[in-house]
Amino acid sequence: MSTDTPIVLLGEREAVRPRVREAAQRPTLGRFVLTLIALFTFAFLYVPIVVLVLFSFNSARTGAVWQGFTLQWYERLFNNPRILDAALNSLIVALVSTAASVVIGTLMAMAMERYRFRFQSVWDGLLYMPVIIPEIVMGISLLLFFAAIRLERGLITLIISHVAFCMPFVYLTMRARLADFDRSLEEAAQDLGADEWTTFRRITLPLLMPGIVSSALLAFTLSLDDFVISFFVTGVGSQTLPVYIWGQIRRGITPEINAISTVMLILSFVLVSLSHALQQRTSAR
Amino acid sequence: MAEYAVELRDVTKVFGDVVAVDHVSMAVRPGEFFAMLGPSGCGKTTSLRMIAGFERPTSGEIYIDGKPMGNTPPFRRNVNTVFQSYALFPHLTVEQNISFGLEMKGVPRDEIKRRVREVLELVRLPQMANRYPRQMSGGQQQRVALARALVNRPKVLLLDEPLGALDAKLRKEMQIELKNLQREVGITFIFVTHDQEEALTMSDRIAVFSKGRVLQIGTPLEIYERPANRFVADFIGETNFLDGVVKEVNGEMAVIEVNGRRFVGRAGEGVRPGVRASLSVRPEKLQLLDQPSGSPNCYEVTVSSIAYVGSDTRVIVRLGDQMIDVWEQNSISTLDPNYFFGPGEQAWLSFPPENGLILVD
Repeated sequence: MSTDTPIVLLGEREAVRPRVREAAQRPTLGRFVLTLIALFTFAFLYVPIVVLVLFSFNSARTGAVWQGFTLQWYERLFNNPRILDAALNSLIVALVSTAASVVIGTLMAMAMERYRFRFQSVWDGLLYMPVIIPEIVMGISLLLFFAAIRLERGLITLIISHVAFCMPFVYLTMRARLADFDRSLEEAAQDLGADEWTTFRRITLPLLMPGIVSSALLAFTLSLDDFVISFFVTGVGSQTLPVYIWGQIRRGITPEINAISTVMLILSFVLVSLSHALQQRTSAR
Repeated sequence: MAEYAVELRDVTKVFGDVVAVDHVSMAVRPGEFFAMLGPSGCGKTTSLRMIAGFERPTSGEIYIDGKPMGNTPPFRRNVNTVFQSYALFPHLTVEQNISFGLEMKGVPRDEIKRRVREVLELVRLPQMANRYPRQMSGGQQQRVALARALVNRPKVLLLDEPLGALDAKLRKEMQIELKNLQREVGITFIFVTHDQEEALTMSDRIAVFSKGRVLQIGTPLEIYERPANRFVADFIGETNFLDGVVKEVNGEMAVIEVNGRRFVGRAGEGVRPGVRASLSVRPEKLQLLDQPSGSPNCYEVTVSSIAYVGSDTRVIVRLGDQMIDVWEQNSISTLDPNYFFGPGEQAWLSFPPENGLILVD
């Protein structure tokens, strides 16, 4: 111990530390119950998913018995033309509907943020209403609508429906982004000689880009994962992956199903994480 | 070159049922440092935004360099703005920010490079070209905003409270710097501020705004020494008001009666016998004496309180039921407390007629 360290201070530290540790360690009934509830919650949320992922590597054809590690279900997956077709359909629908809903949603948000008109709050409510409409109601109504206008069910009806439920999420995200947007930046650009279009291209769009990308990732994930609405509006030969999976399950759950689900889970997780990371990065600026 | 760099002729701006700018006319000469001064909501910023083209007048016309602006959009006006919030593009570097205006005009690459370098020297930020705005202090951002506007060599530079976000010390420095810069570049500056001291120190001329109207346009000296009405006298600097009724008017001078006491002062606009008016005398233009002076404006008062503030002594005296501020310059160095008046003492308050102004509202 060096002599120039004040002894009084050391004495204080020693007196305080053990007391703190004691408080943190003392087991109480309340603490025990809380920990248990927390563990149950996490188990409830994640055990089924973990089981699903594990069994996608199980070499047993049926049953809940672990027989050994294998990648054969994944191999089969990528050699099954029907699964690949469904995956391709899912990708086409997700890409097109994401692009459409991002463009429409962003422009809608800009219009609502920048202009003042009659019944604005009503229009605003109508725009994000689909977020809270039960999916099954939306699915049935879309099905009836397509029947009424005699539009044959297929990729087109899927895309239209996906735009309908993805666009409100884009709209909500972009409204929040635009609320923080400093309009004087656009005025500054115009002041410096940029016309409206140049201002949009050089200033507005680059500054909104993180919001646009993150809402696009969100829309893509929503579209890729959607089952209920897709189930109603899909046609023969235009099944998306979730609809295909549902069809297969009727013949019993196979390890291939586990494998597709795992792939979808990972894809969704990555996309949502990316979207979240983008939101974080720009809000930290 | 046109006679005026910017001219507003009878400009009115109405938002919904609010009249933000009410029949404003003013003319700014080329090369002038012109301040629009007034409390918040007085219409000064709206007027500036109309000159920039962000708002269109409801009626009246704005001329820039002699040409009527009509519906000319901001990007076709030969003016540039320094925004209160600076409005620097956060996704662009300092150099890209400053280049933006020149790129829009299609200036060649190497000329842009050269002019950006020059203007960064001018605002004393030569090392900052590759920084992003968020990596800079408020004062530095302020200079970048200035550089971004000046690099375009506009006919007129519009500044919307550009020093508002800076702390007091930096503000004072920037006031002097901005004034020097304006002399150096010779561009007309139109400057919006609510800070009267800032307007007085920096401007060649000031337009005092209140409730959407221009109350007076003049040099800082004119505005301070000859305010056109009660509002201007009150808003610029400190003053005492004694309310009364005008008794006589003799050419430039007039007599006002305040609670039975008569004072002689300069007659302001609209002063006629019988009208209600206020005598305005600035605290530094009053004297406290041991004995009556020969001035017609000399009355016995009671010292109410006294504050020594170094350069002057601020005394509050009571004349009847009216409290009056008197600032006496401490032109003699003394430690003798008896040199100053004390609370409760009697004194003679006096001022020559030309130090008083008789103003109607």
